[in-house]
Amino acid sequence: MRNTSVTIAGVELKNPVMTASGTFGSGEEYSEFVDLSRLGAVVTKGVANVPWPGNPTPRIAEVYGGMLNAIGLQNPGIDVFAARDIPFLKRYDTKIVVNVCGKTTEDYIEVVERLADEPVDLLEINISCPNVKEGGIAFGQDPKAVEAITKAVKAKAKQPVIMKLSPNVTDITVMAKAAEAGGADALSLINTLTGMKIDIHKRTFALANQTGGLSGPAVKPVAVRMVYQTAQAVKLPIIGMGGILTADDAIEFLLAGATAVAVGTANFHDPYATVRIVEGIERYMDRYGIEDVRELTGAVR
Amino acid sequence: MAKKKTTVKVLGQDRLADDIYSLWLDAGEIASQARAGQFVSVYTKDASRLLPRPLSICEIDRERGALRLVYRIAGAGTEEFSSYRTGDTAEVLGPLGNGFPAIAAGKRALAIGGGIGIPPMLQLIKDLECEKTAVLGYRDRLFLKEEFERYAPVALATEDGSAGTKGNVLDAIRAEKLEADVILACGPAPMLRALKAYAAEQGIECWLSLEERMACGVGACLACVCRSEEVDAHSHVHNKRICKDGPVFRAEEVVL
Repeated sequence: MRNTSVTIAGVELKNPVMTASGTFGSGEEYSEFVDLSRLGAVVTKGVANVPWPGNPTPRIAEVYGGMLNAIGLQNPGIDVFAARDIPFLKRYDTKIVVNVCGKTTEDYIEVVERLADEPVDLLEINISCPNVKEGGIAFGQDPKAVEAITKAVKAKAKQPVIMKLSPNVTDITVMAKAAEAGGADALSLINTLTGMKIDIHKRTFALANQTGGLSGPAVKPVAVRMVYQTAQAVKLPIIGMGGILTADDAIEFLLAGATAVAVGTANFHDPYATVRIVEGIERYMDRYGIEDVRELTGAVR
Repeated sequence: MAKKKTTVKVLGQDRLADDIYSLWLDAGEIASQARAGQFVSVYTKDASRLLPRPLSICEIDRERGALRLVYRIAGAGTEEFSSYRTGDTAEVLGPLGNGFPAIAAGKRALAIGGGIGIPPMLQLIKDLECEKTAVLGYRDRLFLKEEFERYAPVALATEDGSAGTKGNVLDAIRAEKLEADVILACGPAPMLRALKAYAAEQGIECWLSLEERMACGVGACLACVCRSEEVDAHSHVHNKRICKDGPVFRAEEVVL
C-alpha cells in the first residue's frame, strides 16, 4: 500500500497537495469543479480582524507565463469568515488552514485568538503580501520583525503556526531562520514576486496599484531554488509553492525539500488542477515504485 | 460539482468588421443552460497565456446546441481565437454570471449596446417578450445591425455620423424620442454612467452589464470587483464580484 500522507507540525494531511492562499477563496467556488475531500488541505484567502475592501481595479494583469495581482487582501473579516466559511469547509474531509493577515501585530493577534476555539487545523501567517501599504510584507523583510511577529503569534496561537515568507528579500534563509528562532512550526514559500506591467497603448500602469505580485510558471525556478536553500538552512517542514501547474512541478518542489505543496495560479488556468496534481503524484509514485511520498522530500541534495 | 470546463468543436467563424469576429461553437450543454447576458471563459492553447478570456454570449441556438461568441481582437489571446476554423476545438467554461432578468410583457424595453457591448444584446432582443427597441452605438463600422432588425426596431448612433444619429446611444434615444419603462445595456463605462444618470432622472428601471479584468471567472480570486452602493452580502465590503454576482447589476446597486 503506497502512502501519500504527510505530516506538518503534527497535523496529518492525506496527501501533500494544498491550495495557495488567495487563489481558492474559501473553497466554495472551486467545490463546483473538484471534490475538496481529495485535497490534503484547503488554505483560505487571507482574513483580517475586520473587513478589508482591497485595492482599486484593475487588480490583475496577465504576463508571459504568469500574472500580476494586486487584490489587496480584500476579505470579509474574521466574524463572517468564522460563521460562514469554516462551517462550509468542515463539510469536507480535508484539513483547514486559515491564512491570517493584519496591519499591526495586534490585528494578527486578534484573528489568531478569535480562531483559537474554531475547528481549524493550522494557521498560516501572511507576512509577505506585497500589495498592501501597512502590515503584510513590512513584517516579512526584516529578520527582527519576522522573529518578533512569529513569537507574538506563537504566544497566543492554539494551532500550529506556518509563517509565509516573501521572496522579495536579499536572502530568504535569513527570514526562515528568524521565523524558526521565533518558534514557527512550519514555513510556506514563496509568496509572489513584486512586478510591474505597463500598458504601452494607454501609457499607464496595467494595475491600479502600479505594482503587483507575480505568480505562475514564470516564477517556478526561483521558488524551487528558494525552497531548496531554505530546506538546507532550517529544520522546519516547508510548504513549497510558486508556479506549480502540473504534478511534475509539484514533485520538483518535494525533491527540493518541501514536505507539501500549494497550487495557486494554476486553478485559474485549470479549475481541476489540484486533483489532477494529486493523481499525477500517485502515478509518479507507481511508476518509480515509491511506497511513501515522504521519501521524496529533500531527496535531491 | 456542477460546473465543467469542456473542449468543444468550432462550427464556423466569420469576420464581421475589421477586428470583430463571430465564432459559432458546438456547445450543447452550455447552450442548454445559458441565458442572455451570461458569458463564457475561453482558454487559449498557449500555456504562456494562463488566464481565460471572458467573452459574452451573443446568441444561443438551443435546438442546434450551439453558442455564438462575437468578440473584438484585444490582444494575443483573442488573436488566437480568431484563427480557429471549422472543426478546430476550443476550451470553454460556462455559462458564467447571472444574465439579464426577464421583463414583464406589458413593459417597453430599450436594449442598448455600445461597441463590443452590442453582441450580448442580440440574444436579449430575441428573448424579450415585451415591446422592445434596440439602440446600437458604433464608432464607425456597423456590425450585427441587420440581425437585430429581424427581431426589433433599431435606433442607430455613430460617432462619425456615417449612420443613424451622430453621437452616442443617448443622443439616438433623444433624437428618436424613444420612451421606455426599462433599460438594459452593455457597453463602455462612460456610456453606462450616462445611462445610469439618464434612467435615474427619468425614473426608469435600469440594468447594466459591467466588465473588468478577470482571472478565475468563478468568484474566487476577487480580481473583477466593482464598487457597490451598499455593503455586499457576500464580500461584506462595498464590492461586488462582476463574474459571479454580475455581470448584470441594477444600476442603483453599483457605483460607476
